[in-house]
Amino acid sequence: MRSIRAAAVGAVTVSLALAATACGGGSSNGGGSNDSPKTLTYWASNQGASIAVDKKVLQPELDKFEKQTGIKVKLEVVPWSDLLNRILTATTSGQGPDVLNIGNTWSASLQATGALLPWDAKNFAKIGGKDRFVDSALGSTGAAGKDPAAVPLYSMAYALYYNKQIFADAGISKPPATWDELVADGKKISAKGKSPLGAEGSNLSENIHHVFVFAKQHGGEFFTADGKADFTNAKVVDAVKQYVDLMAKDKVIPTGDAEYAQNQSVSDFAKGKQAMLLWQSASANLKSQGMSPDQYGIAPVPVQSGTPGTGTQVNSMVAGINLAVFKNSHNLDGAAKFVKFMTSDAEQKILNTAYSSIPPVRTAQTDAAFNSPANAVLKDTLAKSAAALPQVADESQFETAVGTAVKNLFADVAAGRAVTTASVKAALEKAQQQMPAK
Amino acid sequence: MTTTTLKEPLRGSPAGAATREPRRRTGRIRRAGLPYLLLLPALILELLVHLVPMVIGIVMSFKELTQFYIRDWGTAPWTGLGNYKVSVDFDAPVGEALLHSFFVTVAFTLLSVGLCWLIGTAAAIYMQDTFTGRGLLRALFLVPYALPVYAAVITWVFMFQHDNGLVNHVLHDQLHLTDKPSFWLIGDNSFYALLTVSVWKGWPFAFLIVMAGLQNIPGELYEAAALDGAGMWQQIRRITLPSLRPVNQVLLLVLFLWTFNDFNTPYVLFGKSAPEAADLISVHIYQASFVTWNFGTGSAMSVLLLLFLLVVTGVYLALTSRGRRTGDV
Amino acid sequence: MSKSPMAPPSSFLWSRRVFLTLLTGFVLVPVYVMVSSSLKPLADVTGKFRWLPSGLTIRPYIDIWSTVPLARYFANSLIVAGAATVCSVVIAVFAAYAVSRYSFRGKRVFTVTVLSTQMFPGILFLLPLFLLYVNIGNATGIALFGSRGGLILTYLTFSLPFSIWMLIGYFDSVPRDLDEAALVDGCGPLGALFRVVVPAAIPGIVAVAVYAFMTAWGEVLFASVMTNDTTRTLAVGLQGYSTLNDVYWNQIMAASLVVSVPVVAGFLLLQRYLVAGLTAGAVK
Repeated sequence: MRSIRAAAVGAVTVSLALAATACGGGSSNGGGSNDSPKTLTYWASNQGASIAVDKKVLQPELDKFEKQTGIKVKLEVVPWSDLLNRILTATTSGQGPDVLNIGNTWSASLQATGALLPWDAKNFAKIGGKDRFVDSALGSTGAAGKDPAAVPLYSMAYALYYNKQIFADAGISKPPATWDELVADGKKISAKGKSPLGAEGSNLSENIHHVFVFAKQHGGEFFTADGKADFTNAKVVDAVKQYVDLMAKDKVIPTGDAEYAQNQSVSDFAKGKQAMLLWQSASANLKSQGMSPDQYGIAPVPVQSGTPGTGTQVNSMVAGINLAVFKNSHNLDGAAKFVKFMTSDAEQKILNTAYSSIPPVRTAQTDAAFNSPANAVLKDTLAKSAAALPQVADESQFETAVGTAVKNLFADVAAGRAVTTASVKAALEKAQQQMPAK
Repeated sequence: MTTTTLKEPLRGSPAGAATREPRRRTGRIRRAGLPYLLLLPALILELLVHLVPMVIGIVMSFKELTQFYIRDWGTAPWTGLGNYKVSVDFDAPVGEALLHSFFVTVAFTLLSVGLCWLIGTAAAIYMQDTFTGRGLLRALFLVPYALPVYAAVITWVFMFQHDNGLVNHVLHDQLHLTDKPSFWLIGDNSFYALLTVSVWKGWPFAFLIVMAGLQNIPGELYEAAALDGAGMWQQIRRITLPSLRPVNQVLLLVLFLWTFNDFNTPYVLFGKSAPEAADLISVHIYQASFVTWNFGTGSAMSVLLLLFLLVVTGVYLALTSRGRRTGDV
Repeated sequence: MSKSPMAPPSSFLWSRRVFLTLLTGFVLVPVYVMVSSSLKPLADVTGKFRWLPSGLTIRPYIDIWSTVPLARYFANSLIVAGAATVCSVVIAVFAAYAVSRYSFRGKRVFTVTVLSTQMFPGILFLLPLFLLYVNIGNATGIALFGSRGGLILTYLTFSLPFSIWMLIGYFDSVPRDLDEAALVDGCGPLGALFRVVVPAAIPGIVAVAVYAFMTAWGEVLFASVMTNDTTRTLAVGLQGYSTLNDVYWNQIMAASLVVSVPVVAGFLLLQRYLVAGLTAGAVK
């Protein structure tokens, strides 16, 4: 009896405390201001070999910016594993950086939260206008018909990296241009005891990037025109099956890669264990692992045999990093200045060289520094045959759901289970049902 | 728990009060308020960090808290029981996945707690008598428990790798037990990988507690049993194990709750998306909230989990304390 | 120590030998892997596993400090875990003393409530707690979110329930005559607590402190959301060794060892207290 009364008292206390402290409900994210014009906080994504490398690349540039404008930029390089969570919590709390890097595929998802400053004509005017950026990069900055949620910073595209020595040993004279050629070459390479192609089977984003391109090559889409998930249409199923079959049927991807999620396939390639790698802007990465640029060649990612063929058929996603401004920044003018600085021709050249990416800014792209054979392939791909991932609010859930489905299919292959059209379809069906109902 | 067996506590002290006649009144008031004052810091902190957030979490579970509303969750629409309906609709994928995850967690927890207890108890009993190297061995056995979770689990990740890991090296290359190297971090084997790590990390706690429990068993009991002609094994069965019962009651409950709610081990072992065979509920809920950005459904799942644990704990305590009372008589 | 006046039968000795040998192997192998891998060159740890290193190098132990700002993480963890431990122990001592020595209304509710927080899934209150901290910060200007203070507050409540519960048991075992005598001698209740009960309960308090420290030292989930670059703790910071580039397994192992040494050493040094503390406290 006594304890019941005491429990009631406790419950009341709790609810009172709740009312007092929490019923403010989230945060009152008002608009931004210019209350603190002298400082900015900047979250950079981890682009270089390590966080320390990023700091070394970025800090001198930030110092330059401070000298020019008197604004001190506090830099934090956020590891990829944390970045999305940190952005989410910053969004929820309204306590975040002023300027931040986002993976460009997240643009539409983050746009939907309303936390990012929309880049309307007025804001674009502050940084020199929308026309400064190439179209492919702008295509991955938010949902169609809405003001972009971010500005392109670094562009990247997938390419086929191949080990020249292994190719020569296997008697292959030129890199494969179609998947059929790749599979045929793979047999020759396997015969020499090397593994043909690498993949990151447990990395959800990598899986998504690849099956997206395969779907495009099959003429399929993961989302209908009005933005509904449509993962089980025959073309998408075929596309996913073709990718998984590279391991299951064609045996060009070793089963061990099914558990890779931390770029082990890049080190396999750098160590000369594996002949080919499908990767975005891997040069700097390979160099830091001791593989010199003359040891490998770069070619466009293979396409399907027949028409439309190489050069026109989609063979990469538009990969890259966008720069966004938090709406409730206390230094909106400074943030705009910083974005202008980071997207200026001079900085674009320095930063994109350091990260072996391609500048999304037209004038910077023409610089001689980006005319190396490697960059030529990437530039060409971006200009002609790269497509942006679906710019829908559910993109982030799509990556998780379908990426996990592909991961599980790879795990099935690794366990020796058969992968059939039916099993692929079932996996995608399940993924689709996990998407938010519309 | 021990709170139920507390002795009637000290009620002030008449002697002390008598000697200080003039301050008697204030003394009584202070004494009446003192326990509350002593509890206050703990109470405030528990309210702040556990209870209030829990209530907020319950509130959230009734809201549609998707990416469109997280910026100002006060404005998120109420969904009534919507999130709960989605979570327990076991015919639809979300509910089905939650149920699957729940069963995996139950199986994992029972096995892990059972093995931890078994190994811990056996080791404690075997090491009751002094022998050479006992101190060293005891220190060694406590190392897995003392290691920070991250350091311990990441070592196991290294060992469980398919191509380069120690486990496959031993099982496949050296002992030739398998036809080909197995996958431990993806697919069905991931359950056993998780179990192994969990037991490796958890059994020393059971060892520690049982070791302490053994020291409370009066030596006379053994002597009496020995006089009756009971051998070593019989003594263990008739005296040691029954005497450990109260200790085990608490130990098993604590292990159960810790293992059931364990997030760190699966998260470090598998990352953000755990294989289906090892999809523990805490990681599942984490994924439901953080990776798919649906904090309402995530909260509803957490509340369901909490209710389940409340029921289990309540039933367990009711059963064991009744057993204990009759045992005491 | 020996409980039995008789010599153990040989079946007992044999099974003991087998069991303890197997168990030692199970416990030791990962520890060996950790130590040996931390001394291997990178090529050894990214290739096929080998029991013996192809060459020994202390390079990983040098590199770990520059790959990620380990020293800062270390300092953060020390501050956070240290402060959380001290606060948790002090608060637990007060609370346990109240419960052990006084009868008052709501006592049972208090103990049950505190203990029941042990069953809360962390994931349930992660986001709410985070929101609460942010709101308190907005309302009062006290920065809890992202600061070490917020983390200290969080961690100390993690260990509080178990600590209070253990200390109640321990204080109950300290004879009441002792503090009554102290009261007669003119000590106040707090004087009795600090002069008599606490000194008599040192093993229990050490055990609680070790537990609190370990809890704070290894926590991953809350630290990953509630810290930033300057306040990041070791448990989260260690993830920095898996970079875009490669997984530096030798450095991961070296760093893991470095962060483990303080806790493991402390734990082993204090284990005698720990067992004594548990014996009198928790398992009574």
